[in-house]
This record gives sequence, C-alpha cells and structure tokens, in this order.
Amino acid sequence: MSLELVLQYLVAGLTYGTIYAVVGVGFNIIYNTTGIINFAQGEFVMLGGMTAVSLHRVVPMPLAIVGAVLVTMAIGALVEITCIRWLRKPAVLRMIIITIGVSIALRELALLLWGESVRSLPYFTGNEVSSLDLGGVRLSPQVLWSLGTCVTIVVFLRFFFQHTSIGRQMRACAANRDAAALCGIATKNLVTLSFVLSAGIGALAGCVVSPITYTAYNVGTGLAIKGFTVAILGGLGSSMGAVGAGFLVGVLESFSVSLLPAAYKDAISVAVLLAILFLRPSGLFGSREVARLEAA
Amino acid sequence: MSLLEVRGLSKRFGGLHAVRDVSFRVERGTVKALIGPNGAGKTTLFNLVSGVLPPDAGTVLLRGEPLDGEPSHRIAARGLSRTFQQIRLFAQMTALENVMVGVHPRSRAGFVAGMLHLPSTWREEKDVERRAREALAFVGAGELADADATSLSYGQQRAVELARALAAEPELLLLDEPAAGLNMRETAELARLIGRIRERGVTVLIVEHDMGLVMKVSDEVAVLSYGQKIADATPRAVQRDPEVIRVYLGDDAC
Amino acid sequence: MRGRTVTFARSRYGRIALFLGVVVLVQLLTAVADKPFFLTQLTMAAYYTLVTAGLSLLMGYAGQISLGHAAFFAIGGYASGYLTTVDLASSRSASLVALGERLHLLVPRVDLYGGEALSFHPWAAFVLAIALALAVAWLVGVPVLKLKGHYLAMATLGFGTIVYSVLLASQRLGAADGLGSVPPFPLLGGLAVGGGRAGRVANYYVAWVVVALALLVLSNLVQSRVGRALRAIHGAEDAAASMGVDVARYKLRTFVLSAALAAVGGSLLTHFNAGIGPGEAGVMKSVRYVAIVAVGGMGSLWGTVATSAVLTFLSLRGYFGTLDDAVFGGVLILVMLFSPDGVLRLDARGAVAAIRARLTPLPASPREPGGGAAEEKHRSKGVAR
Repeated sequence: MSLELVLQYLVAGLTYGTIYAVVGVGFNIIYNTTGIINFAQGEFVMLGGMTAVSLHRVVPMPLAIVGAVLVTMAIGALVEITCIRWLRKPAVLRMIIITIGVSIALRELALLLWGESVRSLPYFTGNEVSSLDLGGVRLSPQVLWSLGTCVTIVVFLRFFFQHTSIGRQMRACAANRDAAALCGIATKNLVTLSFVLSAGIGALAGCVVSPITYTAYNVGTGLAIKGFTVAILGGLGSSMGAVGAGFLVGVLESFSVSLLPAAYKDAISVAVLLAILFLRPSGLFGSREVARLEAA
Repeated sequence: MSLLEVRGLSKRFGGLHAVRDVSFRVERGTVKALIGPNGAGKTTLFNLVSGVLPPDAGTVLLRGEPLDGEPSHRIAARGLSRTFQQIRLFAQMTALENVMVGVHPRSRAGFVAGMLHLPSTWREEKDVERRAREALAFVGAGELADADATSLSYGQQRAVELARALAAEPELLLLDEPAAGLNMRETAELARLIGRIRERGVTVLIVEHDMGLVMKVSDEVAVLSYGQKIADATPRAVQRDPEVIRVYLGDDAC
Repeated sequence: MRGRTVTFARSRYGRIALFLGVVVLVQLLTAVADKPFFLTQLTMAAYYTLVTAGLSLLMGYAGQISLGHAAFFAIGGYASGYLTTVDLASSRSASLVALGERLHLLVPRVDLYGGEALSFHPWAAFVLAIALALAVAWLVGVPVLKLKGHYLAMATLGFGTIVYSVLLASQRLGAADGLGSVPPFPLLGGLAVGGGRAGRVANYYVAWVVVALALLVLSNLVQSRVGRALRAIHGAEDAAASMGVDVARYKLRTFVLSAALAAVGGSLLTHFNAGIGPGEAGVMKSVRYVAIVAVGGMGSLWGTVATSAVLTFLSLRGYFGTLDDAVFGGVLILVMLFSPDGVLRLDARGAVAAIRARLTPLPASPREPGGGAAEEKHRSKGVAR
C-alpha cells in the first residue's frame, strides 16, 4: 500500500470518525444525567441531515442547518417529556425497550416523510470534485468542515459543563441526582436539557457530514451501535475519550476495506465493541458494583 | 478443628482499610457474635466470609478447607447460609416459594428434568415443599406460606428470610443484624429462636447491635473497631474489657 | 364438579388442552369463513411464536434482554436450508460422504435442472442446525451474559448485526436473495412441513402442535426448581447466589435454550416456505420479538403466545401496510410506558379486583373461577393494602 493510499484511507476514516465521535458524545451527555443509554441517538443524526436537506429547498444552507438543529432539539425535548420525564425510577430493561421504541418510531416517521431515497446536502464549499492538496493527500474541504465542527462541539461542551451554571448543575446531577435535587436543582429540567443538547449536536453533525456520508431514514441503528462502541471504548462519560475512540473506529473501519470485503465493514466496529465488552467487563462497571454492595 | 476459621483477612476500598488482618474461630455448635461500632467492618467481613466480596489477603477455612475464590453459590452449597442486613426477599414470589429457593442446594432437578417433569422430579418437588414448610413452621411463620413475601410486615419478612436460610440445612448460619427494625417482643422471640437453632446443631455467626441480644445468645463475642479485632472472649469477659468499653460501649453510652 | 373443571383449567395440562382447543376452533373458523389461505400465515406465525416463547422465558424469568434472537432463528433456518440443498454428489469419492450416504444421512434428490444431487436428509440437517445454534449460543452467551443492562442489549444487538452482514455478504448462502428450493421436512405417516398448498391444514396443525409441545416443556420448566431459581435471580441476584443458585450457569442455560427454540422455529419455517432470506436475521426482526414479549407480558408464556399469534398474523397478512414496523415501535412505547407488565397478562383481572376492593368499603366479591396463582397473589396484595 502506498503512503498516499494510506493517507487517503486515514482521511476517510477521520471523516466517518467525526460522526461516530459526536454520536458517542451524545450518548455520554444523556448517560451522565440519567444513567440511560438512549438507543435513539442515531436517529437524531439522521433527522438533522434529512430535515436540513428538506429545508434547503426553500432557505439558504446556513438557515436550513440552524432550522434542522432546532427541529431536532425540539424532537429531543418531546421524546424526553413524553417518554422519560414522568416515569419514576424505571427499570433498566424498561428504559432500553422504550428508547428502542422511540428509535423505531422516529425512523418510521422519517420513512413516511421522506421515503427510502438517499439524500445529502450540497458541499459547503466547492463541490464533490474540489479538493485541497495537503502534501500529496487530496482532501475535500468538507472533511475540514466536519473535523472543525467536531472540535467546536467538544470545545463548546467543555466550556458549557465547566464554566456555566447550568452545565455545573448538570454535572452535579450526574454525580448524585438525589443530592442535586435536595440542593434545589431542578433535575427534571436538566434531563430534558440533556436530551435537547444531545439531539442538537447529533443533528449538527448529521448536517455537516451528509455531503460525504449521505443519509437515509435507516442509518440510525448502525450509527447508534458505532456511537455506543465509541462511548464504551473512550470510557462511558468522557467526551474527549469518545472523540479519540471515534477517530480510532473510523480509521479502523476505513482500513478494513482494504483487507476484507466491503460488506463486512459494519461488522468491524461491532467486533471491536464485543471485544471490549468481553475483555474488560469488570473494568467497565466493576467498581460501581462494589460501591453498591458497600452501600447495602 | 473449628467449623470456621478466619485467618488474617484484609480488605481495602480505595484508601479505606475496611477489614485489617482479622483472625478468629467459630467452634462447632456455638453461637459467636461480631460486634463493633458502625463502620467497624462487620458487614464487609460477612461479605468476605460468604464469598460476596473477594478478600485482598487472608483465608477463610470451613471445616479446615479453604473457601478462597469460591463464588458465593458454591460456598452456600458447602453448608454456609446467610441472611442480609437489608432484607433481600425475592419479589413476586410467595413466602413459601422464597423458602423453597433456600432448599436449592439440597435438591437436584436441572433444566432437562424440569422440562420433562419426570416422576422423580415431582417427588423431589414435594420433598422441597415439605422442607420449606417445616422451616417456615420452625420460625413460627407457617401460616404466612401463601402470602406475597414482599407484602409482609418487616418482622415477618425477617422471619421468612431466616426460614429461607435454614431451609438450606446449613452447618453454619450467618445472621447480619437480625434484630434490626424489630420491636422488643420480636427481639425476645428472636433470642429464643437462635437458641433453638443452636439446639438443632447449627453453628451461628451473628453481627448485631442489640447488646442485650448478643449477651443473651452468644457463647463468644469478637469486637471489631476500625477494621481490626480488639477483643475475642466470652460475653462476660468482653463486657469487662477496658479497651472494648472505651471504643465501643463508651461510645454507645454517649 | 365445577370446582374440578376450574382446577383442571388452571393446571398446565388443562391450559395446553384449552390451547389446542383454540387451535382447532381457529381452523374451523377459517373453513367456515372460506378463508383457507389464512392458514398459511397462521402456520408461519406458529414458527415465529417458538422464538417469542423462548425469549419470554429469557426476559421474564432470567431477566436478560436479547436483541439478537433473529440471528438464532436465521442460523437454524440457513443451516437447514443450506444442508438440504447443497450438492455433495461430486464429492462421492470422499469416504465421509460415502458413509453419510450409506447411513441415509445424505439422500439423492433431483435438482432444479433435472440433474441428480446429493444433499442432507432434512432430519440430519435439522439436528445439525440445532446443534450449530446451540454451539453459537453457548459461545456467544458465555461472554455476553457477564454483561448487564445496556451492555447486554448492545452486545446482543451487535451479534445480530454481525450475523446479518455475514449472511448478506455470503454468496454461498445466496447473499441478498437467500436460499430457495428447500425440500419439505418429512414427518411420520406421510405428513410433512412444507410441500405447498395441498398440505395447508396438516401443516397448520403440525406447526401449532409443535408450539404446544414447546409450551408444555416451558411451563413445566417454569414451575420447577429451575424456574423458581430463575425467578429468584430476577428478584435479587446476589441473594439467589447466596442461596446456592449458580446465577451465571442458569442465565447461560436459559439463553441457550431460548436460542435453540428460535433455531427450531427457523429451521421448520424454512422448510415450510421452501426458503429463507437474510431479512430474517435483521435487527428489526429481533426488535419485533422483544416487542411481542413486552406486549404479552414478560414471563407470561401464555400472554406472549397469544400476542405473538395475533400480531404476527396481522403483520404477515399485511394489515399494517407500510406502517408495519411503526406499529411494532408504537406498541412497544405505549406498553412500556403505561403497562410494563404487558397488556395481556392474566393477572389483569387481579388488578381490576384490587381496584374494586378499593372502591367498595367491604372486602372483595366472592372468588371467581379462572385466573391463576398470579391472580391470587395480586389479591392478597390488594387486601394487605
């Protein structure tokens, strides 16, 4: 394999890695405030991309993207308010099934609205053939847009959680929900906010990568599995970890194409997921188990 | 040979040394109590002995055989049964069914036998039920058999949990604060019950805060403080031990 | 007299008898209504019901979720389909193949183009298919069942995805088209699973009798020592372990058992339909099975069977149209939000009784026949309140 080809694979991997990273970060935001893994996370990305494509027919692209992000945020809030908010201490199994149901509902809604066709936004700058030449590697400007968006999202979230009052309240809520509630923090609203936030970043990423990766009503489940892999690999709850893991999985997938039939590409990240889960099951939640036993 | 021997047991949680180099013995047919102020490491010690937690150092010997690294279900099968500080009855099962689970290590039917419902399986089920009813009757809860276990009163739930532990016909019974939440009358009944359990030849290791109960039922008392054993003697001797009075009874008097 | 009838209806054998009665009744209804073609979908629904019955045991009793059960169904179906259609005639010289032929494990048949082919006998293929599913379930189950909650759900979902993409990418297994021309599965007395329209009624009965047998075995199991241990695990895992229950082993065995049932369903349906496609392994299929169990009530075998038969039949007849998946998603959300114990759970009656007891100041009305042990439990709860 020539160096140039290696770099080409690397770039492709980083592009896909962006979207996995953002889905992983989205999982983390909701997991941190609620302890729930939201199986509908991938659908937020899909909804963002699809809505933006539709809005772009009537308004200019920046407005379409802003509109799509807002619509998806509203849907995120709606999901939380109708399906999560009023349940008191639901069992994990119940929450899993509910979010799976939400994921199917959103996907079927998308199918009704947009049909089965594959869509994408146009390239933000230039078109599919325009490329920047970086030391022999041809790079689509859209890749830079994607990477830039990913970095912006992570920086924004870091600032939000560290330096704003609401962000700090959300962290308090993550550390100990009951204690946070006792301190007068409106935990329920923060949970809604976590859904809104993770829907918003998912939608934004969905818009930015759509010119390269395309989007369709049924891309959500695959994204959810990959995003989950990334969240676990990076350490559940850690945004930086998720970003690193996202790029790792993206690159791994992209290189796998040179070794295995393309049909197996999706199986790669799943194999990674299973490998992590099997090799380090105790490392992933062992400490918490001990804590629970001690509290008893 | 002692029925249970604990040698140099230690367990840390992060910076907290919950149990530090604790050794003691429980002789067959006796009742031994573990006492100590809150946070002394009594429950952790229980979890180490019953295999719920792995120790960092030290060994636990049952009948002289080490229990190191054995999972709790296998320790149970070797004749050690326990109750929990916070009652852990199985929800959506009757009291009788709960106690029948206790007979698990003393019965055999597996998946295939269960699916085919063979005559031998059926006979074994009858036997399991009989043993469970006996255990319920023994703790004085025979009439609760068909009640939903988690809908019972606190005292009744304690009784059912004790019956469940006894139904396994253990050699060694671990009771984790059995009197917690009981009123005086129920505590007095419990004391009599522990006496009857001992008469049946079951050895008892008990963690308890109620000093009256401990002094009445135990043959020996070990005292823990900050994870370390500071005394191990007869109830009378422990009550006179100045160190114990300082760290434990003194604190308690405040 | 009446009391005896009630006891019989409550016993597991009584319920099986009742179940078979309903099966006969439905067949008679299709005959009277002159809609014999309904039997085709009803037969298919029976084989899918084998999957949901096993999954009900896994979710309701062992408390473990699996989002990969369609994969086991597909493994059973594909293995049966492949082995009964593969042609080993060209390798007759190999001693193993010759031995297989002498033992009648391999049988000659006529292929699509009129040539002679040598394939596995459906029974031999069936045994191998189930063995394969058992082996895969065991290999997957050992590591996967160490996981809990979300991790388990994602891991099984991932397993399902892998099986699906492998099937889709394998030319030998027909890739996107799947396998076809699978021969019927011969039973005693000239009966067979599959074989076209002529055997429609017979096929219907065969399928539902297989379900009845599975139900008998499963209801025996849940009322046995093992079933009790499983419910204990569901209630309080650490306490169950302290009572001597080998938690990991029981979960694994339940997982393997439910996977085997799914594979039986897959194998027989493949013979009935004379083929199978990769869609049977899809994630959406697995989610459907979970949805059916959730609606029927986790751990309620009879509720699951009833839900499975009705929903699968309606779906296969195309009554949900393009909203097929949406119906399952919507039902899933609604049931989990408002009635997490399932809508058809038999102790719904107990809940009504409890409400009635609360409304009327005096203790509840005289006991009615029907219901089961579960109902009685609910009643005593209501009284305690």
